[in-house]
Amino acid sequence: MLRLGRMAVGASGATHYCALRPVRGESGRLVELQTDQLFNNYIPVLLASIVGFILVLSALIGSRLLAPFSQDREKSTTYECGMLPLRRTSTNVGMRFYLYAILFVIFDVEAVFIFPWALSFVGIGPMAYWTMVIFIAILALGLGYAWKKGALQWR
Amino acid sequence: MTSELFGADLNPWVDAIVRLLMWVGFMTVVAMGLIYLERKVLARFMARIGPQKTGPMGLLQSVADALKLIGKEDLRPRNADPWTFELGPYLVFIPIFMSFLAIPLVFDWHIRLFELGLLYFVAISSINLVGWVMAGWGSDNRYAMLGALRAVAQGISYELPLVLSLVAVAIFNQTLNLEEMILFQGQTPNILWQPLAFMIFFVAALAEMNRPPFDIPVGESEVVGGPFVEYSGIRWSMFFLGEYTALFIMALLASVVFLGGWAWPLGEELGRWWQVILMTVKTSAFIFLVFWVRASMPRLRIDQLMAFSWKVLLPLTFAQVLVNGLVLAYEWDYWVSRVALGVAGLAGIVLLYAIIDRSVRRPRPRPAPVAQSEAVTA
Repeated sequence: MLRLGRMAVGASGATHYCALRPVRGESGRLVELQTDQLFNNYIPVLLASIVGFILVLSALIGSRLLAPFSQDREKSTTYECGMLPLRRTSTNVGMRFYLYAILFVIFDVEAVFIFPWALSFVGIGPMAYWTMVIFIAILALGLGYAWKKGALQWR
Repeated sequence: MTSELFGADLNPWVDAIVRLLMWVGFMTVVAMGLIYLERKVLARFMARIGPQKTGPMGLLQSVADALKLIGKEDLRPRNADPWTFELGPYLVFIPIFMSFLAIPLVFDWHIRLFELGLLYFVAISSINLVGWVMAGWGSDNRYAMLGALRAVAQGISYELPLVLSLVAVAIFNQTLNLEEMILFQGQTPNILWQPLAFMIFFVAALAEMNRPPFDIPVGESEVVGGPFVEYSGIRWSMFFLGEYTALFIMALLASVVFLGGWAWPLGEELGRWWQVILMTVKTSAFIFLVFWVRASMPRLRIDQLMAFSWKVLLPLTFAQVLVNGLVLAYEWDYWVSRVALGVAGLAGIVLLYAIIDRSVRRPRPRPAPVAQSEAVTA
């Protein structure tokens, strides 16, 4: 059983809807996960994306109704410190941004691996910990290599 | 299946909509209040008075601003890409709006408690970078493009320290459920035993929110507002609303994860209004700290910014994760482990300070001076 009385979710199946969580048995292990509860839990996520969209949309519609609109050739030019823009913005992107992006992908994938490990290594024994140490050490070597090569230096 | 809200049994869909609408109202009020408060607090730091003419003590300033912004002409440059330009504000605002769902305000006041609440927050809140890129790229403006690229470089660099400092706390508490995290801190808040993680979280959160001193993507003196250059009127204010909502949510997350939420220091069995007061005090303190930093720090250069994240914060965060893991893997005693973690965290903070101090004191490389005679002849 969990700690707070009102949030308690027992094996009896009497669940408190607002505090949905996997049902835990006496030993504290996960014994059952009801799929309709899992789905209900994520209803607000779906709805929030819709509500957020409607919120922005209604603000824009309100502005469309209230604000003045006039077409003007000069007004719709790109801002460029008072000068006329020469051509469309070049979409060339500096190489350094790619370097950081690739490094980020590597380390973000690592973070994804750390999340499940973080909740499950306790109680298995020190071996589970040292495995992760080796995993992080390998990536740290990579970071050290990038550092040595000057990839972390902003040029 | 029904759910209970204010003593009424509701269909889960209705329940979700009611809660979300309450959040919409709450968010609008809080964002407007924060804009007013920031102006007042900053004014005090600069020995000014701040807004005072609109309403009593200038309280209606944000309302007046909102009305003005709705009534302003909404321009779109001729060369702008219509789809990315129009959808940019949506993609900036909606993820921030959604990231609130997982956060427990006080006991039983939340939209939903996810078992993986922290992971949900981390996953959702980083989507808004896509919106920044769309805004910057769609505007077809050089400043906007540069600002968007900077925003992404900064966002992804500080994402890692932010996520990993939260993971460090999750390891310490052995849960990703934010309510369980609060219950874990019934006696002592996490900040006592994880001071380094809090420091890293604070710095990375400032950077993620593009708050000064990390406001490089929107630096007015360099890229004249960054991705928002071409936005005006209500469309621009969507970015602004998102920024202050993000600040509020980040402060809530900090008070839940590090400062003990509604449980510490008065215990879990308190009345609801005490919990509201506790959360308000903790959240306000965090927000005030953010304003304070804005008032006292100059903006960083981009090379300093990137180096600080990759060379200082990231290794320190890994160290924090590994130290937490070590203490838990060998199942040290309750107090021994806590004191060890606290001391290790303080040592980390001292190290952080030493690194910053050293780099601040190091003389900056200056460009070689042009010889007088050469300058004259050229």
